[in-house]
Amino acid sequence: MKSDVILKMEGICKSFPGVRALHNVDFTLKKGEIHALMGENGAGKSTLIKIITGVYQKDAGQIYLEGKPVHFRSPQDAQNMGIGAVFQEIALCPNLTVAENIFIGRGRDNFVNWKKMNAKAAEMLDSLGIPASPTQELASCSIAVQQMIAIARAVDMDCKILILDEPTSSLDEDEVQKLFGLMRQLKDRGVGIIFITHFIDQVYEISDRITVLRNGELVGEYQASALPQIELIAKMMGKALSDVSAIKKQAARKSDDSVPVFEARGLTSAAGVRPFDFTIEKGEVNGFAGLLGSGRSESVRAIFAADKVTGGEVKVNGKRVKIRSPLDAMRQGIGYLPEDRKGDGIIEELSVRDNIILALQVLKGFFRPLSRKQAEELAEEFIEKLDIKAPSTNTPIKSLSGGNQQKVILARWLITQPTYLILDEPTRGIDVGTKVEIQKLVLKLAEAGMSLTFISSEIDEMLRVCSRLIVMKDREIVGELTGTDLTEQDVMHMIAQGGK
Amino acid sequence: MRPLGTTKTQTRMSNSTLLFIIAGIIFVLMYGFALISYPGSFMQFQTFFDLFNFNAALFIVTLGLCVVMIGGGIDISVGAVCGLVTMACAMLLESGTGGIWSALLLALGIGLAFGLMHGFLIAYLEIQPFIITLAGMFLAQGLLTTLHREPLNVTQPAFVALRNFTIEIPWLGTVNRRGIFIPCEIKPGVLVVVVLVILYAVLMKWSRFGRSVYAVGGDRESARMLGINVKKTIFLSYVICGLTAGISGFVFLMTTGAGNIGNGSLFEMKAIAANVMGGILLNGGVGNLLGAPIGTMTLLTINELIRAAGVQSNLQAIVSGLLLYLFIVLQSIIIALRTSKRFTLALPSWLKFQRTHD
Repeated sequence: MKSDVILKMEGICKSFPGVRALHNVDFTLKKGEIHALMGENGAGKSTLIKIITGVYQKDAGQIYLEGKPVHFRSPQDAQNMGIGAVFQEIALCPNLTVAENIFIGRGRDNFVNWKKMNAKAAEMLDSLGIPASPTQELASCSIAVQQMIAIARAVDMDCKILILDEPTSSLDEDEVQKLFGLMRQLKDRGVGIIFITHFIDQVYEISDRITVLRNGELVGEYQASALPQIELIAKMMGKALSDVSAIKKQAARKSDDSVPVFEARGLTSAAGVRPFDFTIEKGEVNGFAGLLGSGRSESVRAIFAADKVTGGEVKVNGKRVKIRSPLDAMRQGIGYLPEDRKGDGIIEELSVRDNIILALQVLKGFFRPLSRKQAEELAEEFIEKLDIKAPSTNTPIKSLSGGNQQKVILARWLITQPTYLILDEPTRGIDVGTKVEIQKLVLKLAEAGMSLTFISSEIDEMLRVCSRLIVMKDREIVGELTGTDLTEQDVMHMIAQGGK
Repeated sequence: MRPLGTTKTQTRMSNSTLLFIIAGIIFVLMYGFALISYPGSFMQFQTFFDLFNFNAALFIVTLGLCVVMIGGGIDISVGAVCGLVTMACAMLLESGTGGIWSALLLALGIGLAFGLMHGFLIAYLEIQPFIITLAGMFLAQGLLTTLHREPLNVTQPAFVALRNFTIEIPWLGTVNRRGIFIPCEIKPGVLVVVVLVILYAVLMKWSRFGRSVYAVGGDRESARMLGINVKKTIFLSYVICGLTAGISGFVFLMTTGAGNIGNGSLFEMKAIAANVMGGILLNGGVGNLLGAPIGTMTLLTINELIRAAGVQSNLQAIVSGLLLYLFIVLQSIIIALRTSKRFTLALPSWLKFQRTHD
C-alpha cells in the first residue's frame, strides 16, 4: 500500500500578498489512480496544481515523489521529474503537424528527421488509440483530439503523474468519452492522474478518489464510491447537511403586474448554455444558483447579449425585441454588472467620475456629451448615496479598494435608471461590511420597483436576497425554488439530483 | 455543442502548403497573362532572367524578412540597411583601402550589427518589432545620407570586373533580327539568390531553429510551454534577417556598381508585399519559405506588365498596393474558412484594431 503512493504532499502552505491561498493542505496520489481535485472558486485548486507543476514555490510543507523529498524550482524541473500537465487552454502550436507537436522542444538534435519522427508518432498515436495522423496540421484536429495529443506528449515524456485541469470543458459528450477512454488506458499503465473539473457527474464516472478543498484548506479525502453527490456538494460549499441555519425569508413578491419585465424563451448563446426560459417580474429579485461552471454566468450574459446570442426570443415589458449587443440591452433598460470586475467592468486609468458616467454617456451617444458640471454632480450624488470612499471624483478608480470599485460600477448602472439589473458576483472579494451594504441596496432597489438578478457563489447570500432561485447544473436549468422551498438543503439536493 | 465532434484521420493539406500552392498558381497565371499580352518581351527567356538579374537584392531581402515574418515579427529596416551597405561598401572600395573581400565583410558586419541590435531589443527587452525596426530604418537612412550624399560610382578594377561578369547559358537564348544567336545571361547575384533560397528552405524545413520559428509564430506561449527557447529563436530570426539585408546590399552594389542614397529604398515595403503574395501570413507561423521568391516574382511580373503597358510608373505602386489589400483579405478568408472560426483578419495582434470583448 505504501509503495503505491507516487506523490505525497504534506502541510503545503502558500500565501500571496493579502491572500492565504493554501493552508496546511495534504494530498496523496497513488499509482494508477484517477484522483479528482474538487472545490469552488478560490478553494486553492489551481494554486495546488501550480505548486505541483513548479509554477509557484510553496511557502511551507514537504513534497515527496515516490518517497523521496523533492523541490520543484521551475515548470521544466517538474517536467523532468515526470510531472505532465494538460490545461484547458491547450499549449500546442496549431500550425505545426501532430508529430511535431509531440516531439518539438525535446531532444538535442539540430535537424529534424521527418520520416523517423512521423513513424514514432504514428506508433504512439496508434497505441493510445488517438484518431489523428502524424502529418496533419494540429489545427485540423478536433479539440478533443488536440487534448489527447497534448496528453500523448506528456505520456511520452515518461510522466508518472498527469494533471488534467478542466480538460472536458469544451468537449461534447462523445469527445469526453474518448478522453475518458484514454485516461483509463493510462491509469492501467500505472500513471497517477489528477483530474480537475466542474462537472460533478464526470467526477463520479471516472475518479477513484476525491480530495475536496475549500478556502485554501483541506476538507477531506474520500473514496468516490463512498461519497454521495449531495455530500460532495455540501463539502464544496462548506455547509454540513444537518446545519441549515434558519434564514429569515422575505415575502415572495407577488406579481400583480401580469406582464413580466423581461421574458426569454429558448435563449442560448455562443458561450454554450443550453436553451433556457426565463422571466422576471417587476420588483422581483431572483438568482441563478449552481456551482462554478454550471452556466449561471453564461445565462445572464446571454440575457445581456454579452456573449453572442445564437437563439431564442426575448420580450421586454411584453413586447418582442431583438437584443444583439450589450448596447441593445442597455437601450431596453437592462444593466449588467459583470463577474470579472477587472476585465469587463472598470476602466482602471479613468477617474471615478468618468467610470460612473460611462454607461450613461454610451446610452446618450458620444455626440451629446454630458457637461463637466452635470457629470460632476451625478458622480457626487452617487458617491454620497452609495457611500463610496474616494478622495475625490478625479481619483483614478484603480486606487480604490475592491469594494469601492464595485460600488462605482453599481453607481454606473444605477445612474442609467435600468428597469432590470443583473449583478453577477457583486460581492466577490470585498469585505463583509460592504457585502452587507450591497445586499441591503439590492433589496432597497427592488422595493423601489427595479427587477434584479443576483448571482453569488455564496449560497446563503443568495438565499438572503433572492425570492426565487433558478438552479443550474452542467449548463442547464434543472429546477426552480421559490418561497418556502428556499433552503440551502433544497438547493443542494436539486443540484445533486439534477432536478429530479 | 460543437458541430466538429467528429474526428477525421485523413490528412488535410496544411495552411502553409495551401497558401504556397495558391501563390504559385497566381504567379503562373500572372506570367501567363503577361506572355499573352506582351509576347514580344515576355516570350524571351532573357526577360525572365532579368527579373532576377536586376532584382537579386530584393529577392534576398525578401528571404530574410520571410524568416522573421514566419516567426510572427516584422523588420522594416531591411531596405535602409541594404542601402547603407551599398554606400559603405562603395566608399570602402573607392577609398582604395579595401578590396572585394573586405567590402563583403563590411556588408556582413553592418547587417549583423543591425540584426543583433534588433534581435536583442525585440526578443530580450520585448519591445514591439515595428517600433524597433522603424528606429533601425531611420538610423540606417541617416547613416547613409551622412556617409555620402552624391551617387558614388565604384571604379576599382577588380570590382568592375565582378560587376560586369555574366554567366552565359549557351543552350538557351534568342535569335535577334539579324539572325545572330544571343545566349541568355545571368549575373552572379542570381547565384547568390539560388544558394540562399536553398539554404533558407532547408533551414526552415529541417533545422530545429526553423521549426522553432514556426512554433513561435504559431503560438508563442504554447511554444514556450513546449520547451522552445522563444527568446533565442526570435533573436536569431532578426540576426538572420539583418545579415541577409547586409548580403543584399552587397549584391545590390554588384548589380548597379554605384552607391546611391536611393538604393534599397522601399525595399522593406516591397519585401513585405512579396512575402504576403508568396503566402506568408503576417500573423506568423504560416508560410513556405519558397513562397518568398514566388511572391517576389509575382510582384515583379506585375510591375513589368505595367511598365510594358507604357502607363505611368505611379500605377505600379497603386496596383501593388491594391493587390496587397486583396491578398491579405483573401488569405484571411481562406484561413477563416479552414478553421471554421469567426472571420478575423490574419494580422498580428499589434497590427489589429482592438476588438471589443465578445
